[in-house]
Amino acid sequence: MDNVLGTSPDDVQFRFRDDEVVDHAAVTVDSCCDQTNATAVRIEPGDDARVLLPFLDRLALIEVNFPSFGDGRGYSSARILREAGFTGELRAVGDVGIDQLSHMRRCGFDAFAPDKPLNEEDATRAFATWENVYQASVDNRRTIPQIRHGVNPKARS
Amino acid sequence: MYKYDQYDQAMVDARVAEFRDQARRRLEGSLSEDEFKPLRLMNGLYLQLHAYMLRVAIPYGTLNSEQMHALGDIADKYDRGYGHFTTRQNLQYNWIKLEDAADILADLSKVEMHAIQTSGNCIRNISSDHFAGASADELVDPRPYAELMRQWSSFHPEFTYLPRKFKICVIASEKDRAAMRLHDIGVQIVKNDEGEIGARFYAGGGMGRTPMIAPMIRDFVPLDQLITYAEACLRVYNRYGRRDNKYKARIKILVHELGRDEYVRQVEEEFAHMLDQGVEPPREELERIKPFFADPDFEDGPKHVDRSDPDFALWVDRNTNRHKHDAYVSAVISLKPVGGIPGDATGDQMRLMAKLAKQYSFDELRIMHTQNVVLPHVKIADLHALWTQLEAAGLGAPNMDSIEDMIACPGLDYCSLANARSIPLAQRISERFDASGKTEKLGELKLKISGCINACGHHHAGHIGILGVDKKGLENYQLSLGGSEAEDTSLAKITGPGFTEDGVIEAIDTVTDVYLQSREDGERFLDTYRRIGMTPFKEALYG
Amino acid sequence: MRVLTGNDLKTGDVIWWTGEGWSRHVDDAVDAGEQAEQTLAAEEAALRVNVPYVIDASREEDGSVRPAHIKDRIRALGPTVRPDLTLKPKDPEAIDWVI
Repeated sequence: MDNVLGTSPDDVQFRFRDDEVVDHAAVTVDSCCDQTNATAVRIEPGDDARVLLPFLDRLALIEVNFPSFGDGRGYSSARILREAGFTGELRAVGDVGIDQLSHMRRCGFDAFAPDKPLNEEDATRAFATWENVYQASVDNRRTIPQIRHGVNPKARS
Repeated sequence: MYKYDQYDQAMVDARVAEFRDQARRRLEGSLSEDEFKPLRLMNGLYLQLHAYMLRVAIPYGTLNSEQMHALGDIADKYDRGYGHFTTRQNLQYNWIKLEDAADILADLSKVEMHAIQTSGNCIRNISSDHFAGASADELVDPRPYAELMRQWSSFHPEFTYLPRKFKICVIASEKDRAAMRLHDIGVQIVKNDEGEIGARFYAGGGMGRTPMIAPMIRDFVPLDQLITYAEACLRVYNRYGRRDNKYKARIKILVHELGRDEYVRQVEEEFAHMLDQGVEPPREELERIKPFFADPDFEDGPKHVDRSDPDFALWVDRNTNRHKHDAYVSAVISLKPVGGIPGDATGDQMRLMAKLAKQYSFDELRIMHTQNVVLPHVKIADLHALWTQLEAAGLGAPNMDSIEDMIACPGLDYCSLANARSIPLAQRISERFDASGKTEKLGELKLKISGCINACGHHHAGHIGILGVDKKGLENYQLSLGGSEAEDTSLAKITGPGFTEDGVIEAIDTVTDVYLQSREDGERFLDTYRRIGMTPFKEALYG
Repeated sequence: MRVLTGNDLKTGDVIWWTGEGWSRHVDDAVDAGEQAEQTLAAEEAALRVNVPYVIDASREEDGSVRPAHIKDRIRALGPTVRPDLTLKPKDPEAIDWVI
C-alpha cells in the first residue's frame, strides 16, 4: 500500500493556521476510504472530493495535488471540502506558483507546499492581490456586492 | 451605461499592477514562457505571427465615446494606427510590445476598460445583443444581467483554470442577434407564466472543431438564483470536463458525452447544494446595476427620412434597425468597405465614431459580433447628417447582412493558429460582388470565413461558410452551406472537396447563381437552401 | 538549410538567427546546421529570443532566404493585406514571394 505519499512539514512554505503543522503520511483517497485510521489524505485531480465527506471528522490534513498548475480541478475539490465543513489543514501541493496563491487561498487552502520554493516577497504580494473580491467563497470574505449594500456574508448552512 | 465604482476600479487597477509584475518577472527571466503564457493570455496578450497581440474586452459590446476615443489613441500611441474588431465584440491590436503591455492596460483602466479574461481557459468576456436597450423586440435590456455575470466571472477563484475557454452570452429577445446557442452557456432572459422575469439556460454550444448547438438545460432560473445556477454549471464542467485532449475539452463535449439529461442532473444536484452556500450576490445588486442602463431622454421627432437621395435611402434601408422609440433607429456603421479588411478601423475612424456617438447617440456605441459598430440611439431626423459624415470617412458602406458584410477572422496574415488567409478572400469577394451588382440581388446572405478549424470566423454558422485549410503547404478552402447563428440556429454542411483561392470565389458565384435561379418569392439564400437541399448546389459545383 | 527563428521577447518582432545574433531580415539567416537545437536553447535561456523554433528554408540564387512554409514567409515579410506595414513596403512583388 502506498502510504508514503505526501509532503512533510518542511515542505510547507506558507501556512495560515496557528495549530501545529500536521505531520502524517498521507494516503490516497481510495486508501482513506478503506482505512479507518488514516488522518491525512492526498487528493489527485481526478479524485472526487465528495467521497471523503463521511471521513472529514477524522482527517487532520487534506493535501490537494496540482501536478500541473493549469489543471484547476483542485480548486473545486478544496471548495467542496470547505463547504462541507472541513476545518483541518488544506494544503496545496505540487506545481503551485505565485500567480495561483490568491485564488487558492480563496478556495479554502490554508497551507502551501510548492514543488519549487517561491520568492517570499512576491508571494506576500500575491496573497494580498485583491483588496476586495466579487464572489462569495469559503473564505467568507465580505464581497463587493455585500459591501455595496451593507450586508454581511450569508452564513453557510 | 455601467459606470465603475471605487471597487470596480480597484479590481482593474489591481490587475494592472499584477500584470505589470508578471511582465517584469518574464522580462527578467524568473517566469519561463510556459509559466507566463497562461498568465498573459488571461490578460488578452497573445504572441502572434508578427508581434504580440492585445485583445481588449468590450463587455457585452457596449462602450461610450470616451472609451472609443481612448481605443483610437492607443492604436496610434502603441500600435500602427489601427485595430481589429472581433467576433467576440472585442478589439485587437496587432503590433504590441511586451514592454508596453502594462502601460496600455493602465491607459485602458483610466477609461474603465481592461483586457481581463479575453483569452485563456477561463470565463471570457460576456457577449450580448448589439441592439440591447434599443431594439423594439426585446423583453428587457439584457445588459444588467450580463454586467452581474461580468462581475461574478471576473477573477473567479474556482474557475480560472478550466479545462478550456468558456464563453457566455446573454440576450433578452426571441430574435437572436448574438449567436446565443453557439456559446458554452447561453442565457435568455424570459418571462414565465406568472409574469416573473428569469433566465433560461442553454449549455454546451460552440463552434470550433466540433460545432454543436446548445440544448436548453433549464427553462427558468429565478433571478435571485442566477449566479448560483451559473456557478453550478461551471463547477460540474470544471470537475468533469475533459483535460486529456485539448480538442475535447470544451463543455460541449462534456454535455454531448454525458448526454444533456445527465449533465442537467449533475448541475441540479450541485445547484441544490450551492443554494445553501450563500454564493448569490444580494438581490439589491441587480437593482443597483439596472439604472445604469436606463433609457436616455428620448424626444419625439420625425419618423421618416427624406428618401430623395437614393444612396442615402439605400443606407437607411440596409443599415438601420427599428428602435423601441419611433423617432429613433439604431444605425450600423459598416467596417466592411468594398475591398477593405473586415473589422479593421483606424485610430482616426475610432475617434470619429466616438465623436458621432457623442453627437448623435447619447454617447453610446456597440460592437457587433459581425465586426461592425452600432450607434444605438440615433434620431431619425439626424440620420442624413450622420450618414454624410460616415460616407466622408469611408464608413458608410450600405451592406449590413449582405454578402459584402462578411465575417472574416484575421487568418494567416496575422494569426499563428491559422492555416490559410481569410482577409484576401473577403476583399476579393466584396470587390467582385460589388462590381457585378450581384450583392443587391442576393439580399440577406451571411458569409463567414475562418482561416482555421478554431472557427473564429463562425464559418459553421454562415449561410455560406468558408474554412481555410493547409493542403500540403498550400492554402485550400472548404465551402459549406446552410448555417445560421440566429434563432433558427443550424450548422453548415460541407459541399465536398475544397478549392483554391480562385476556385472558392468561383464556387461562391456558382452557389449564389443556383440560389437566384431557384428561389421563390421572399426567400433568402438560407431559405432556398433549406427547401431544395444540398444536391442542386453540389451538382452545380462538382457536376 | 535549417534556420532558427522566433520573436524578440520585449518587442515581439520576428527575428532570424544570423550565426552571431538576431536580425529582423530573413535574408540574414544562416544555416544553423547540427547546432540548431543547442543554439536555440541557449538563446532562449539568455532571453534573446522567445518561442524559438527551427524551420526548413532554402537559399535562392540571388542569395535570399526562402522559408519552406507560407506561414514563415508571411512572418518574414508581414501581413500580405497591408503591404505598407511589411518590411518591403515599396516592393509590389513582395507579396507574390509569399504565395
